[in-house]
Amino acid sequence: MAVPLPGDKTVVAQNYPLYIRSVPTESELKFHYMVHTSLDVVDEKISAMGKALVDQRELYLGLLYPTEDYKVYGYVTNSKVKFVMVVDSSNTALRDNEIRSMFRKLHNSYTDVMCNPFYNPGDRIQSRAFDSMVTSMMVQVC
Amino acid sequence: MEWRRSYGRAPKMIHLESNFVQFKEELLPKEGNKALLTFPFLHIYWTECCDTEVYKATVKDDLTKWQNVLKSHSSVDWLIVVVENDAKKKNKTNILPRTSIVDKIRNDFCNKQSDRCVVLSDPLKDSSRTQESWNAFLTKLRTLLLMSFTKNLGKFEDDMRTLREKRTEPGWSFCEYFMVQEELAFVFEMLQQFEDALVQYDELDALFSQYVVNFGAGDGANWLTFFCQPVKSWNGLILRKPIDMEKRELIQRQEATLLDLRSYLFSRQCTLLLFLQRPWEVAQRALELLHSCVQELELLDVSVPPGALDCWVFLSCLEVLQRIEGCCDRVQIDSNIAHTVGLWSYATEKLKSLGYLCGLVSEKGPNSEDLNRTVDLLAGLGAERPETANTAQSPYKKLKEALSSVEAFEKHYLDLSHATIEMYTSIGRIRSAKFVGKDLAEFYMRKKSPQKAEVYLQGALKNYLAEGWALPVTHTRKQLAECQKRLGQIENYLQTSSLLASDCHLTEEERESFCREILSFAGRQTDSPGHKIVLPLHSFAHLRDLRFTPPNAVVHVGGVLSVEITVCSQMPVPVQVEQIAIHVHFSIEKNNYRKTAEWLTKHRAAGGLVSFPTEAAPCPAPQSSLPALELCEMFERSPSDNSLNTTGIICKNVHMLLRRQESGAALEASTGVALEDGAHVLKCTSVTLEPGANTITFRTQAREPGTYTLRQLCASLGPVCFVLPHIHPPVQYDVYSQEPQLRVEPLADSLLAGIPQKVKFTVTTGHYTVKNGDSLQLSNIEAMLILCHAENRAVIYSNTREKASDAALRVQSSDKVTSISLPAAPAYHMIEFELEVLSLPSAPAAGGESAVLGTTEPHWKHRDTQKASHSMATTDHRVSIDCPWSIYSTVIALTFSMPFRTTHSLLSAGTRKYVQVCVQNLSELDFHLSDSNLVAAGDSSDLRLVPLHTDSQQHVRSEQAAFFVWELKWTREPPPPLHGQFSVGFSPASEQRLSVSLKPYTYEFQVDNFFTLYSVTAEISPPPGAELCKTGALCSLEVTITRLADLLEVDKDEALTESAEYFSTKLMYEVVDNSSNWAVCGKSSGVVSMPVCARATHRVHMEVMPLFAGYLPLPDVRLFKYLPHHSAHSSQLDADSWIENDGLSVDKHVDEQLDSSSIRSRGSGHSAASSEHKGLPMPRLQALPPGQVFNCSAGTQVLVVPSKDDHVLEVSVT
Repeated sequence: MAVPLPGDKTVVAQNYPLYIRSVPTESELKFHYMVHTSLDVVDEKISAMGKALVDQRELYLGLLYPTEDYKVYGYVTNSKVKFVMVVDSSNTALRDNEIRSMFRKLHNSYTDVMCNPFYNPGDRIQSRAFDSMVTSMMVQVC
Repeated sequence: MEWRRSYGRAPKMIHLESNFVQFKEELLPKEGNKALLTFPFLHIYWTECCDTEVYKATVKDDLTKWQNVLKSHSSVDWLIVVVENDAKKKNKTNILPRTSIVDKIRNDFCNKQSDRCVVLSDPLKDSSRTQESWNAFLTKLRTLLLMSFTKNLGKFEDDMRTLREKRTEPGWSFCEYFMVQEELAFVFEMLQQFEDALVQYDELDALFSQYVVNFGAGDGANWLTFFCQPVKSWNGLILRKPIDMEKRELIQRQEATLLDLRSYLFSRQCTLLLFLQRPWEVAQRALELLHSCVQELELLDVSVPPGALDCWVFLSCLEVLQRIEGCCDRVQIDSNIAHTVGLWSYATEKLKSLGYLCGLVSEKGPNSEDLNRTVDLLAGLGAERPETANTAQSPYKKLKEALSSVEAFEKHYLDLSHATIEMYTSIGRIRSAKFVGKDLAEFYMRKKSPQKAEVYLQGALKNYLAEGWALPVTHTRKQLAECQKRLGQIENYLQTSSLLASDCHLTEEERESFCREILSFAGRQTDSPGHKIVLPLHSFAHLRDLRFTPPNAVVHVGGVLSVEITVCSQMPVPVQVEQIAIHVHFSIEKNNYRKTAEWLTKHRAAGGLVSFPTEAAPCPAPQSSLPALELCEMFERSPSDNSLNTTGIICKNVHMLLRRQESGAALEASTGVALEDGAHVLKCTSVTLEPGANTITFRTQAREPGTYTLRQLCASLGPVCFVLPHIHPPVQYDVYSQEPQLRVEPLADSLLAGIPQKVKFTVTTGHYTVKNGDSLQLSNIEAMLILCHAENRAVIYSNTREKASDAALRVQSSDKVTSISLPAAPAYHMIEFELEVLSLPSAPAAGGESAVLGTTEPHWKHRDTQKASHSMATTDHRVSIDCPWSIYSTVIALTFSMPFRTTHSLLSAGTRKYVQVCVQNLSELDFHLSDSNLVAAGDSSDLRLVPLHTDSQQHVRSEQAAFFVWELKWTREPPPPLHGQFSVGFSPASEQRLSVSLKPYTYEFQVDNFFTLYSVTAEISPPPGAELCKTGALCSLEVTITRLADLLEVDKDEALTESAEYFSTKLMYEVVDNSSNWAVCGKSSGVVSMPVCARATHRVHMEVMPLFAGYLPLPDVRLFKYLPHHSAHSSQLDADSWIENDGLSVDKHVDEQLDSSSIRSRGSGHSAASSEHKGLPMPRLQALPPGQVFNCSAGTQVLVVPSKDDHVLEVSVT
């Protein structure tokens, strides 16, 4: 079984990265480009859903787009913070539900980060708790 | 017709087509038939027989035989049609309907299903009956046909499911099952149930995908290995034919490869989707299919020649796109770019990788290996399909052409890329467009046309910068640097290089190499020596802080100012900078007043350190520049009852926060840095900037006064200049020029007269240099001495209040001038020294008014009217000083305060007189008083002053007083007025030894008319018969006024009247008891005419009543001189009016006497008031001088016993 490479990141409304993490690190640049490009689709989906989404509270955007090797999933919080997750296409163990729960976990952890009074919203996330949560999620997926 | 189906599926209108064929036994389906459509569904037997005989003879047999055949094939779907003809019927009119042929047939064959026999009457005639029978027939036919169809379909589906359930069995073949389910799909398609048909294909698709996934998981099915054969053909999808029979046959023969199967499956899905008018789904599914195919091939470990898949994907993408274009109009396509753009970009990507693979992108063109590979790839395409052979733009042709030559490839690749970028841009996917643009740029770079690449790289870089993506920024910059290098854009290249050299995301080696690029360029000699390359500094280094010495950044003309800057170099290696310069803007400040060191020091924050905010980090986070939210609470209360209406939070700086973000243009816009040319530059040459913080010190000598604002920081490396265009926050230093100045101020709060006091002289040299021999010339004033000591020293301070040197001070005094020779001092220094001055108490009757003023008490009037005040009397001394730097003399005013205030008073005892002098110390020092002396001035030889106080030294503490008393004795009566001059020596108690002898303090005063003229005696006697006075009982008060002297000079005033024998004067007496001990009964005052001669006595009796018991002091008796209103008018008065007015006026006076002492003013007030009384003049009262009246009974007391009648004893305790 191929080793899945989930690139994983958090992005704010202004579209600069708050947190980016990927394994393995060699192809980090590729993931950066990929996530950056995926923001197009996230934006498109957010604007397409418009107000309907706000009522439904459906934050999960689903598969943003597939590429040959990866699947890119999106999630957007109520405050329009975007989460993008890139997983290896061949990792068939990851169904929609798993992705969804991973995003929810990510969101919870992000909320914790925001609750930190010393965290300045909009700064890069350097929380160790968040970091270890992401690490554990990546390990689990691999 | 309506089709109802089992399992609750919704009824649908379907169109069922049927063929009519002649009955053949061979056509009947055999047992185990898998086909669904190729056999007869409904069997119809037609007969025209109308004759019973004929029927019985032939038709019946025939029918039976037919039925048997059908039964043997277990077919239950049949219909018998009897065609009736009118013509034949007429012949047999007698035949009963019951026994008609139809009935017979029904009886014979349709024992239960009577509807299986239909009569068709006169089919060729046009009558209503015919019509009716046709209708009935057709309805029946349809119903039965559908019934049969449904039955067969159901059976088929069941069979199919059974087959599918067997898939785990070893011999199961996917291809066989595929064919079966496709049959079903075909049927649905035929029925125009495309949805259902599509479902069949989707099911097949999912089944296959699942198997592949399972295979990947290790659960391989045998039949799948068949699909794992190497890919030999990659001719893409074929979507133009509804059914690709070629591929279908391959599948049927179980020879299809994975790609074949996928292609066929997708072509079918595509066809159906297009039937369903869902072309966008085609695009979307196509992308998914292509991705999954690529993955499946990998998963199944199928060997694929390199590039083959790319070819396949490319062809397929184009095929899908063309197919979609073929069935939609332009508008539709344009509005659905979002669906197709993915395919476009995928095709672009694939073509790009093909190009790289086949060596079509390199500059030299493909080599032989590349060509071989190309040939192989083209071979795998096979021949072009006949259906596209005629289209000029077929994917096949495109690919073939693109691979055929470098130029063709470029053309196609550019076409595709541009189309993709355009599409992405048009749907707002800017980031994706930039990404494709970057690929394109890479291509251009390979093709050695960097000028075209630059645009795309810049665009992408701008986007990444604006959104703060550090890694892409670095990567794109690296590409851009390469591009700019090729383009020869030296400036831009160096700038990018400097940015990269400071980029923390690059490795150390890369950074160093970029840094070396800059250095090597800087080291190179340029052709045009004047040409400079100006680059922004922020990438190279950043200014962290700046410190001035002196810290207040104020320096005098000619002074030295040093500026120390801390620069953080961001280069990975030490950089030798030829010169670092700060360009300074000079402005002359108009206001000269502000140009003094004092002012500038006061108005400048001390410390001298200016910190600069760290500039945007290499990975800029644009939000950090946003201001923080300023929130405040808001309560809105209703005006009527003050209840809370609304509450909320207001963001005060919304306008700042919600401002539209500028599209990152400012971030890289700093390229256009202009190098300011200014005359004022601070320079520092040959500086090595180590990585990290470096401290550089600039020194400058101030020349012109004014304000210098630091504008630019510029680091030069040969022809390369790194410029910080604006130093913000603004930093400036001031150069001032100051006039020399002399200031004289007392050391203490105030100067005291009479004792030596220290005064500090401060000479601020300003621009003047004090030479040896320069001196200050002080014009002497007699009243103020400048005390010269040998040990006077001057201290010279530098401008920053640091002690520079110490020099002796020579003070020379002559009659008029005191000359202080200053020590030599450089400009902008301060000379400070102290001198002792002594303000002399006044020299009597000498000197100008100014000199006398205040050193002595002013000449007192005999009437002591000085207001009691605790402030010291002061005197000003003006000293004019000639300074060597100016032709004008400076006038300095020094104010001295008298430490003492002196009062005197006259005391009497009968006719003996005493003078008391009170010296009050107002200062904060303690003094010793000594040598007190009082002399009578002038021709007062008749007067003798006998001191009654101790002669020794007296000590007066701060805020206390000393008293001196002398008895006045005279030899001649009456004694002349006394002009006393009091003098007392004083010295500060703290100082034991004084260098100078101090002048005594003097006080002059005058005492007039102190000779006693009248003595007043008051006596209270108890009522007759009583021993003691009792409260409430009337006692008699006897006042005796005795004249002690004969007519004297002082008596000669208006009150004096001359009669025949003697002179007399009018006196008014008044008995007042201020302490309310006595009640005066009857007249308390009166006017007496007093003869002016010695021992003349006047007695007045009065009744008084004591109000309290005890020893009571006697009531006061006051004497006044009673002056007639005016001597000039006295003759006009008659006696009556006089007396009348008198009583009135005196009563008034008595009342008012209690609260007023100024009799004279009172009298004049009366005269003014009385002018209303027919202009009658009022008499005046004049108090006698204190020395002229002696009250003998002052202080005596009389015992009053309480009345025995009193039931209440009042005891007052005081």
